[in-house]
Amino acid sequence: MSNESCPATEVQAQRWNATLPASIFDKGAPGRRGLTFPRWDGQPVEAQLPKELCRAEGADLPSLSEPEVMRHFTQLSTLNHHIERGMYPLGSCTMKYNPRVNEQVVALSGLADLHPEQGPEDIQGLLEALDLLERSLCELTGFAACSLIPAAGAHGEYLGMLVIRAYHQSRGDEDRTEILIPDSAHGTNPASVVIAGLKPRTIKSRKDGRIDLDALRAAVSDKTAGIMITNPNTLGLFENDIQEVSRIIHEAGGRLYMDGANMNAIMGKTRPGDMGFDVVHLNIHKTLSTPHGGGGPGGGPICVAEDLEQFLPGPRIARQDDGTYTLEKVPGPDSTSIHSYFGNVGICLRALAYILRNGGNGLTRVSECAVLNANYLLAQLRDIMPVPFDTGCLHEFVASGSRWKEEFGVRTLDIGKRLLDHGLHAPTIYFPLIVDEAFMVEPTETEPKESLDCFVATMKSIYQEAQTNPELLTEAPHVTPVGRLDEAGAARNPDLRYLGPCNCG
Amino acid sequence: MVPDDRKYSQEHEWIQLDGDVAIVGVTDYAANELGDIVFVELPETGEEFSQGDTAGTIESVKAVADLFLPVSGEVVAINEAVVDSPELVNNSPMDDGWLVKIRLSDTAELDALMDAAAYQDLIGG
Amino acid sequence: MLEVIGTDSVDDLFAHLPAEVRLDRPLNLPDGLTEEEVRRYFLSVARKNHGQDELISFLGGGVYDAIVPAAIDPLVSRSEFLTAYTPYQPEVSQGTLQAIYEWQSYICRLTGLEVSNASMYDGATALSEAISVALASRRKKAVVLPETLNPRYRRVVCTSMKGEGITIIDAPVGADGTIDPQGLAAVITDEVGCVVIQNPNYLGLVEQVDAVGQVVKDSGAVLVAAVNPVSLSVLKTPAEYGAELAVGEAQPFGIKPSWGGPLLGFLACTDAHKRRIPGRVVGRTLDNRGQNGYVLTLQTREQHIRREKATSNICSNQGVNALRATVYLAMLGTEGLVELGESNLTRITALKETVRGIQGAALPFDGPVFNETVVRLDKSAQGFCTYARRHGMLAGIPLEGFAGCGGGDLLVAVTEKRTGAEIARFGELLKNYLESPTEEVTS
Repeated sequence: MSNESCPATEVQAQRWNATLPASIFDKGAPGRRGLTFPRWDGQPVEAQLPKELCRAEGADLPSLSEPEVMRHFTQLSTLNHHIERGMYPLGSCTMKYNPRVNEQVVALSGLADLHPEQGPEDIQGLLEALDLLERSLCELTGFAACSLIPAAGAHGEYLGMLVIRAYHQSRGDEDRTEILIPDSAHGTNPASVVIAGLKPRTIKSRKDGRIDLDALRAAVSDKTAGIMITNPNTLGLFENDIQEVSRIIHEAGGRLYMDGANMNAIMGKTRPGDMGFDVVHLNIHKTLSTPHGGGGPGGGPICVAEDLEQFLPGPRIARQDDGTYTLEKVPGPDSTSIHSYFGNVGICLRALAYILRNGGNGLTRVSECAVLNANYLLAQLRDIMPVPFDTGCLHEFVASGSRWKEEFGVRTLDIGKRLLDHGLHAPTIYFPLIVDEAFMVEPTETEPKESLDCFVATMKSIYQEAQTNPELLTEAPHVTPVGRLDEAGAARNPDLRYLGPCNCG
Repeated sequence: MVPDDRKYSQEHEWIQLDGDVAIVGVTDYAANELGDIVFVELPETGEEFSQGDTAGTIESVKAVADLFLPVSGEVVAINEAVVDSPELVNNSPMDDGWLVKIRLSDTAELDALMDAAAYQDLIGG
Repeated sequence: MLEVIGTDSVDDLFAHLPAEVRLDRPLNLPDGLTEEEVRRYFLSVARKNHGQDELISFLGGGVYDAIVPAAIDPLVSRSEFLTAYTPYQPEVSQGTLQAIYEWQSYICRLTGLEVSNASMYDGATALSEAISVALASRRKKAVVLPETLNPRYRRVVCTSMKGEGITIIDAPVGADGTIDPQGLAAVITDEVGCVVIQNPNYLGLVEQVDAVGQVVKDSGAVLVAAVNPVSLSVLKTPAEYGAELAVGEAQPFGIKPSWGGPLLGFLACTDAHKRRIPGRVVGRTLDNRGQNGYVLTLQTREQHIRREKATSNICSNQGVNALRATVYLAMLGTEGLVELGESNLTRITALKETVRGIQGAALPFDGPVFNETVVRLDKSAQGFCTYARRHGMLAGIPLEGFAGCGGGDLLVAVTEKRTGAEIARFGELLKNYLESPTEEVTS
């Protein structure tokens, strides 16, 4: 392949012709303004508020004109890698393309300008859309009811745990407080369990990262409130014994929670509800294409089995026989309130746009292509980077860089950093912990074959570099706006707000 | 490799006796495993702990370890220098990077701790 | 591609899934639409709604009909910001990181505190997390909440405190609608590690912050301030009255309300709490070329390292919305911020004047307010909302059942957006409603 069709095999210096702007706090000049307000000649503040209630001095903010503001943030933007620039092979993060129509429709007047205290009479269209989304997510996951309120995946986990706790408490089962969690789980899982007032109990996984049924049988008791599993698991592998897991937990009186982080592998192929789960959360910023936004806002709706619907937080959207929609208060003590209002409504609407655009067949095809892409990459990378659990790759795989470490003295971190020089993002590294020098790749379905070939070619070229010139990797990145940062220094002497051009000595 | 002038715990702490006061720190091995240490939280002097209690935390860039006290007693001193400069624990874990001094309430607890040879076996090599 | 993989069909790649759990039918969802059809669907949905672009809004209670400068949308919809991942690879994420650092710096300058995180889901979750930080720092198990705390915040806090086994104690509110400092002192028992003040409170009233701050300081508990950040343009900063943590909802800084989400919680604290606060934090440091750069820091607080020992499970921030607020504050500057505060004050003063002249309407609490006030009607507040709505106005939030409020109490908010004519119209409708026979206006 020529470098013309795959620019990433070349170092991308010319693309990173960008430097950090000065701090916004050192810009502008007194008297400049980007925004003025409709005039109203009233009395000054002093005449309207007693002095002892007022701040002693005005907040010291820089004064910029609108063009200065635009330039500052535009310059900042050029320092970012992003999905419209290049691939993010980030395992478990599902960094797919974010369709632009999603952004267009949520900005519409009649959606973006709705105040959360407005009642059903003013928001019939919105409720219709949210109801459609709830029903679509139920079909996608095989469940009876859905709550769109969780504002993130972790927020969904928290709500799911509150729901399971409320279920046991409603039965007088106050002592059921243990949630079993495989040791391969993401760290957020046990944290969510704890803050919901439950106790995580770790169960060891098998060597291949799948659930150990014997360990599970030994762990269940009359204290078992449930289990929390990611399926496909954190290695990207399907839990083949899931029905047996479901039987063991249900017989013990517990409920099954699925972390839906990896739903992109299985849409239209299998559903959590059909596998025996009782609750699932979806990361709509992964599976359903809403933007990551440099860290949020995302969305983590949960879907639940029929008998758990009564524990979902209010208000609940209800469709009446005449086709209108109402908001129903939840009866009884409200023990699952997790947000001021209805969660990240604007993000949920983007997910609905994505579902409508794709339809049922389209979503199935999304998972098929995601799995095809991952297998295609795996087939070509296996030689230079083996995959320890090389059975049944779905939408992602976890390779190991241990051979690179032993033979060339370069670590997975270094490979990731060198990818940055080539205009690509690094994969997820050092997770899950059960793979030495883990290098977790998820291409997603939105990468065309050319882009996958380019990633392979780049990895092969880095493999060559590792043999001939390992410093290129261990000192990478070279052409990015900044080099490797002193994280230890940052944490030892935290500089968390602007006090001057440099107080970093 | 491992100095034989002190005792060691399973949690990779060292304990050196000075009269009835035990000086406690983390071993060279533990400091290496943690990587760049960025923050050390220590108890207040005067606080009392039982063997195995968590008396503080040691944070590196990407890990956090609890300081489990290998002996019971009262905290009589803490190393303010490592609070100000956590990197001391990396640079000199066995000397300047000590963490707390404990007045022992039960010297018999020392018998259960490892000697240098046993600790060397634990960390391999 | 299949040939390279060594398989015959895509179906083969799923063949190892147990047959019993395979979905043996197509998903029961409609066929996919074209982009234009999707757009039309949302247009039709939006047209069935009636938002604040169409109606004159006096709704508040934490979310406000504020001006959104035109500069914000084009900047935040840049793919570089919108579609970037969490900045875990700082070398290719300096834009996101510097913007968050600047957001943190703005929040510190507004609150007077030393540390801010990268943002939270909303004001309610920020408050709940701040209380946990405060209680952990004092190793105590009880928190005092004022009766006049935003009821939506209170609900979220209650859920969270229940999980953690925390006792909630109510702080008494005096006849003037603000916290009674003596009464507060009496309820701060030895178990209390945290006292919350909301300023302005849910009735719109500015609290006697110094007196409350002193009582809390004397008790040894941590004062957590829940504040409307717009009010910090003119009101005393949380730092000035001794709050160790400040939280709130920054939606009015350039964020469309979107029926309440996504919003923008913020959380700031004194230096002493910096290693306990939840969420992401960006720090400035040096790179291996000796240049300034930014990086996510204090990461050991995060749950992916602490797992079950974590005190919070939050692992995201409202990145795009924090950026919106940062751009908004950049557009304002010092003078713009003061003008924003004056705009709100002047308009609420005008609204109060208007109400004072109307027979059958009163202002039950006459203390200082910032942008929101309680109006007490001789008739049903809910009835007035229905009446006003019929005339194209969202009149406010009925308060019946909240903190001793009756059926005639209405919470009315203004923003810099409200005009003199709109406020006059509010008075006109209120007058008409109060003068008309009940059956006429509610039928």
